[in-house]
Amino acid sequence: MSITQPSSAALPTQAQPVGMAVAAEPTPREARPRSQAKGIVVRTFIWILLLGFSALFLYPFVWLLAASLKPRGQVFDNALIPETFVPENYLKVWDELPLLNWIGTSMVIALLAAGFVAISSAVVAFGFAYFRFPGRRILFGLVLATMMLPGAVTLVPQYLIWKNLGLLGTTVPLWGMNLFGSAFYIFLQRQFFLGLPRELFEAARVDGASYFGLFRRIALPLSIPSFIIVFLFEFQASWNNLQAALIYLNAGSPEDFTVPLGIAYAMTKYSPTAGGQGDYQYVMVASLLVTLPMLLLFAFGQRYFIEGVATTGRKG
Amino acid sequence: MAVLTKGEEALKSEQPDRAARRRRRRNFNRREAIAGYLFISPWIIGFLVFTLGAMIYSLVISFSYYNLAKNTTRPAGLDNYRAMFDDPKVVMSLKNTLFYAIMAVPLEICFALMLALLLNWVGRTAGLFRTLYYLPKMTPMVATAAIFFLLLNGNTGAINRGLALIGIEGPQWLVDPAWVKPSIVLMTLWGVAGTMVIFLAALKNVPRELYEVASLDGAGTVRQFFTITIPMISSAIFFNVIVLTIAAMQVFDQAFLLFWRDQSNASPESSLFYGVYLFQQAFRQFDFGFASAMAWLLFVIIMVITAVQVRFGNRFVYYEAER
Repeated sequence: MSITQPSSAALPTQAQPVGMAVAAEPTPREARPRSQAKGIVVRTFIWILLLGFSALFLYPFVWLLAASLKPRGQVFDNALIPETFVPENYLKVWDELPLLNWIGTSMVIALLAAGFVAISSAVVAFGFAYFRFPGRRILFGLVLATMMLPGAVTLVPQYLIWKNLGLLGTTVPLWGMNLFGSAFYIFLQRQFFLGLPRELFEAARVDGASYFGLFRRIALPLSIPSFIIVFLFEFQASWNNLQAALIYLNAGSPEDFTVPLGIAYAMTKYSPTAGGQGDYQYVMVASLLVTLPMLLLFAFGQRYFIEGVATTGRKG
Repeated sequence: MAVLTKGEEALKSEQPDRAARRRRRRNFNRREAIAGYLFISPWIIGFLVFTLGAMIYSLVISFSYYNLAKNTTRPAGLDNYRAMFDDPKVVMSLKNTLFYAIMAVPLEICFALMLALLLNWVGRTAGLFRTLYYLPKMTPMVATAAIFFLLLNGNTGAINRGLALIGIEGPQWLVDPAWVKPSIVLMTLWGVAGTMVIFLAALKNVPRELYEVASLDGAGTVRQFFTITIPMISSAIFFNVIVLTIAAMQVFDQAFLLFWRDQSNASPESSLFYGVYLFQQAFRQFDFGFASAMAWLLFVIIMVITAVQVRFGNRFVYYEAER
């Protein structure tokens, strides 16, 4: 569920190069010599807070890494440096869980989902941004209105549609709807297209470019940043999509699970209350391994993520 | 909110000036209009099938006995809605969800705003901290749930061990019914960076001269915060409140992963959220009629909450464009 930022100031920022990530500048207040001692105390306090929060945010990651290297009995000892190092966990986990299958399945679904939605949303967005046709405003209002609809309302009918198409148990329901664009991304890319000077397109028309040519040769190459933002957002959303996997793939064998479904399965498999042995170190290894692709994605696309969230008010 | 204002704008501009509208229609280039429809046709098809069609279908189902497990489909009138209000679990899960939203949203707003203020203050190194704070947001929810499942263990979990260090005896987070929802709030707060980034962007847009003038007038930091910062970022606060509330009303992943993965009924009932119960009704019991009725109730509730928030929000929110 996502809605767009209300401020009209969001519109011009869309057109800015994405590279201009949010960077703080010092406020002039700190330069005032009025009470220097007080200033130093405040400064120290703020730095302690910043570092403290960093520790709180990072602790679970360090804990996860440590736990993934521990033997069964020590997972809960909370030592950040394992007493007994068991790097074999990382080898054994492949025998314990079909992790490679999960990652492969999720990767394929995420690539299809992100690729399709980025392309289809761009096409639709260009239709709304460039062309004038009767009913355009009402239809675009409808696009925005669909963002208010809770997913629960369409959950059952969509299941029945896929069932009647005989596609239950396949991965199609996890990316199929992305062929038709998605409201939030249509909005995002439309804003970007609106930022392109119209003369560019008029000139190309004079030169004999077709309407599709305008999209493919001018709009799309110039909107690579918003294309990347959409792709990354959807890739992450798809990688995390637990509910759809539960609905469409849970009946199959664990080999065909996606990453979220697989981890959920592993949590149950090792849970003592469900007859497991409490081998949570494997769950931790698996959790770590499926988080890594997202961290890599962030490492390469950080500015796109931050810029995308900041300018559109996207909630993950 | 953009969604509404855009829609209203569209409506407003279509209504008043008939003559202008006719004039405009005559100006439509036929070829251009056809091309436009072709470009948006993927969305139109998707909308007709997967949104509008699905909504109508869902409404019909909600007035039917539609159970895939029992293979029944016949008209039910209002029976599903009646059964829903008679089902104590629906009422309970709704209460749980509202309780969670009331607890989570203000905490998320305050925490995210505090982090954004810190980052805004710190200057050049903000980028590094922002990256660190954002990492939890990138962590898949399943991984977050798996980690917190162990961290929140009442006896051996790291969180209670940490609390013991400062002399607090931690609760049985995931077992004690009273602490189930705070556990989920804690997980949500760990991933609050999205909201933080929106606040950070809003803080950047506050003109610095306002602070200079205010401090010349002798306003202190606290006073400046309440008379300048808060009003100037009120539209971002408003936006975040609405989006976070809608998300909180639909919370599913965390509760499902921590409490309702396996189909045992051992979990405390205070962890039964509306989204989870709806999911169980639809895809465990396959009682589609009942689940659809629940979905429509949720839709109505979310609409009402949002409408109330928009009404109240418009009194407080300061829009730059209106100056």
